[in-house]
Amino acid sequence: MAEGKKTQKIYLYTRFERFWHWIQALMIGGLLITGFEIHGTYTLIGFEKAVKIHNYVGLTWLIMFAFFVFWLFTTGEWKQYIPTTKKLISVIQYYVWGIFKGKPHPVKKSADSKHNPLQRLAYLGISAVLLPTQMATGLLFYLYNMMPQGFPLSLLAILHTFIALLLLNFLVIHIYMTTTGHSFFSHITGMITGWEEVYENTQIEEWEMPGKKP
Amino acid sequence: MDCLVCHESTGTYKKFPTGAGHPASEPTVFPDENKTYYPPDWNKVAQSVQRPGRENCGTCHFYGGGGDGVKHGDLDSSMTHPDKHLDVHMGKDGQNFSCTRCHSTSLHHIAGRVYQTPAVKEVKSLIEDDLTSKITCVSCHSKTPHRQNAKANDHTDKVACQSCHIPTFARINPTKMSWDWSTAGRKKDGKPFVDKDEFGKPAYATKKGDMRWEKNVVPSYFWYNGSIEHLTLNDVIDPLKEVWISRPAGSIDDPNALIYPFKVHWGKIPYDKVNKKLVVPHLFPNSKTDTTAYWKVFDWNAAIGYGQEYLGLAYSGEYDFVESLYVFPTTHMVAPKENVVNCTECHIREKGRLAALGQIYLPGRDRSLLFDRIGWLAVLAALAGVCLHGLGRIFVKKNREE
Ligand code: HEC
Ligand code: HEC
Ligand code: HEC
Ligand code: HEC
Ligand code: HEC
Ligand code: HEC
Ligand code: HEM
Repeated sequence: MAEGKKTQKIYLYTRFERFWHWIQALMIGGLLITGFEIHGTYTLIGFEKAVKIHNYVGLTWLIMFAFFVFWLFTTGEWKQYIPTTKKLISVIQYYVWGIFKGKPHPVKKSADSKHNPLQRLAYLGISAVLLPTQMATGLLFYLYNMMPQGFPLSLLAILHTFIALLLLNFLVIHIYMTTTGHSFFSHITGMITGWEEVYENTQIEEWEMPGKKP
Repeated sequence: MDCLVCHESTGTYKKFPTGAGHPASEPTVFPDENKTYYPPDWNKVAQSVQRPGRENCGTCHFYGGGGDGVKHGDLDSSMTHPDKHLDVHMGKDGQNFSCTRCHSTSLHHIAGRVYQTPAVKEVKSLIEDDLTSKITCVSCHSKTPHRQNAKANDHTDKVACQSCHIPTFARINPTKMSWDWSTAGRKKDGKPFVDKDEFGKPAYATKKGDMRWEKNVVPSYFWYNGSIEHLTLNDVIDPLKEVWISRPAGSIDDPNALIYPFKVHWGKIPYDKVNKKLVVPHLFPNSKTDTTAYWKVFDWNAAIGYGQEYLGLAYSGEYDFVESLYVFPTTHMVAPKENVVNCTECHIREKGRLAALGQIYLPGRDRSLLFDRIGWLAVLAALAGVCLHGLGRIFVKKNREE
């Protein structure tokens, strides 16, 4: 979708962000795989092992997430997730229609605005609602044996499983969306190296220029 | 009381089967088994008096119901000299416990269970309460005997130790699992006969009907608070359903109840069709001229009539057979830890050991079909959506290039 247009590279994701992204991806992937084995969807590594790994990874993730939230607020990065309706419609229009016509993305990526309005909404929903609920239900599940008699494990488990499915749902779309960048792999490359190819007319700040990596 | 059953150690102290608890006083042949019973050598027996061993207790408990393994599937003659594989505690190559190691006695009140009064009102460890008279697994092992963090420790508040540690019962000798009295009375050439099964056990006997014997039986599981409810001859039954002659008491709401393993014996037994009550037939002829005993004349009506009259109970004169169930708690034959019941024998969608136990949520067994379907549909819709979107992109890109 970038035919005839010049591109340049900008530094979009810091080392910490990239590390966090991939470690979290790894853990959620592991939790999904072991979770659905526990759920009885398939047999892969064995129920007992799945339970063990799920519990370890789940707890690790919980602790790491606490650090991540701390980082978000101390660095002000949380602003990246403030939802906005500005241009939301045009972003939706772009994915439904414009992308096929070779139109440019209506919102440019920049260090100040890494996520477009649609992404902001999706990520906020995921990070502020789904993930914390999943962690809370997971933790309660883990501590179930300390709960008072009559604690409704079934409701908890149904919610935990349902959110797992919603996250899987997100993952499918999320992975697909990574292919909609300037080239097939430019988004993924960006998340690996930190440098992403964007269109030339994007306003770039000085520190984002090559060679000025912080 | 007969002290010698429990206290002799020669193993020669045998009672005459129908001698009402007395040994033979002279060599006598018991026609049913074609076996000769000799009177005990009283000198030897009397000199062998010792603390009771497994043989002594087994004299009665391995042969309950009139034969080896007829009643309990976890107490039969294979437990006289078990190996560790059959029973980690009594195994000769294991701990070699006697029965009384667990069934401690004080003044001849052997610790155990008395029906109707729970033995384990509260599961307590000896450390918490060293005066407890009922020894349970927890008395010696505590409630958390497994490695720290082992999931098994989380189970002991709901699942009894026996449920995981006795994978099957009757692992060496077969035990009787069903008994259909309604087919009794068939004769061969006008004579009563017995057919043997693969184990050499009676599969059919004219006197008793059809019987099924099984080995390596997977127990059935019930909530159990230590009491067993018994049906009495005065209780009215519903003959359209299986009648529970005995049934474990307890439910998920009972804080003292745990999930325990049981042997469930299926039967088909006579009942009074009009009064809808169980009846007691007169089986064993009490004289040569007895005209009502079932094992002599094979006439149910006459046998039931006499049996009920003898007990002073009513009988309408009409009988039929009803399916019945009887439970035996399973506690012995604890297997080595390598043979413990696997997680997925319970945590599995279908046909798990606990498949019949509702009201409790087991990961891997239970789920909400509705929410699962909605969730997976959404995932499939998303997959289909991105596939179409992607194909669309490739298609228009090709077009534009041309
Ligand atoms: C049901 C089996 C049983 C019967 C029947 C039985 N005993 Fe015992 N007896 C035991 C047990 C079990 C012990 C405890 C053994 C131990 O501590 O290891 C015991 C212990 C004893 C002791 C040791 C002291 C004590 O009380 O611990 C004596 C003496 C004794 N029995 C005598 C008798 C006499 C006499 C009779 C007949 C009236 C008899 N027993 C019948 C099971 C039985
Ligand atoms: C490892 C300990 C242990 C040993 C050894 C042991 N038992 Fe038990 N036994 C138990 C426990 C625990 C129970 C369950 C008591 C309860 O229900 O609270 C029990 C229950 C019983 C019952 C009652 C079963 C029923 O139907 O209710 C009998 C009878 C019995 N044992 C006989 C024996 C005999 C005979 C031996 C020796 C061959 C023996 N036990 C050896 C632990 C043991
Ligand atoms: C003379 C036969 C006989 C001998 C020998 C005998 N018992 Fe018993 N025992 C019985 C009978 C009968 C009952 C009551 C049966 C019942 O209700 O199922 C009983 C009940 C029990 C119970 C309680 C079962 C329950 O349901 O609560 C235990 C435990 C027990 N015996 C253990 C032993 C031990 C241990 C020994 C060896 C020291 C022993 N018995 C020897 C006949 C015997
Ligand atoms: C959910 C099933 C389950 C229940 C319930 C359970 N166990 Fe276990 N148990 C296991 C498994 C699996 C092992 C072997 C793996 C291990 O060592 O943790 C085991 C091992 C053991 C061992 C050997 C431990 C060792 O490391 O040598 C003992 C002793 C034991 N159990 C006793 C008990 C007692 C007593 C209870 C009841 C309080 C009980 N178990 C309840 C599953 C169970
Ligand atoms: C009288 C005390 C006592 C009682 C009661 C008792 N145990 Fe044990 N048990 C032992 C001892 C001693 C060992 C051997 C410990 C060892 O090898 O480390 C043992 C070992 C075991 C083991 C491990 C076997 C292996 O493979 O190493 C299991 C499982 C077990 N018991 C389960 C039970 C269960 C289930 C019950 C209740 C039915 C029970 N125990 C009741 C004393 C007891
Ligand atoms: C005898 C059947 C049985 C076996 C075997 C069994 N479980 Fe369970 N499990 C249960 C039951 C019953 C519950 C529900 C307990 C409750 O509601 O407290 C349960 C609950 C659970 C739970 C959810 C509640 C919790 O405590 O977190 C997990 C996870 C679990 N089991 C894992 C395991 C693992 C791992 C194993 C194998 C080591 C295992 N189970 C073996 C019967 C079993
Ligand atoms: C993306 C995140 C996660 C996903 C996709 C996920 C998925 C699942 C699924 C599908 C199940 C099976 C539920 C059932 O069938 O009953 C499950 C069970 C469970 N989950 Fe999670 N989960 C996640 C995070 C967590 C976290 C953070 C914890 C906290 C420790 C946790 C703890 C548990 C526990 C304790 C169980 C029960 C089985 C066990 O003991 O392992 N989960 N999970």
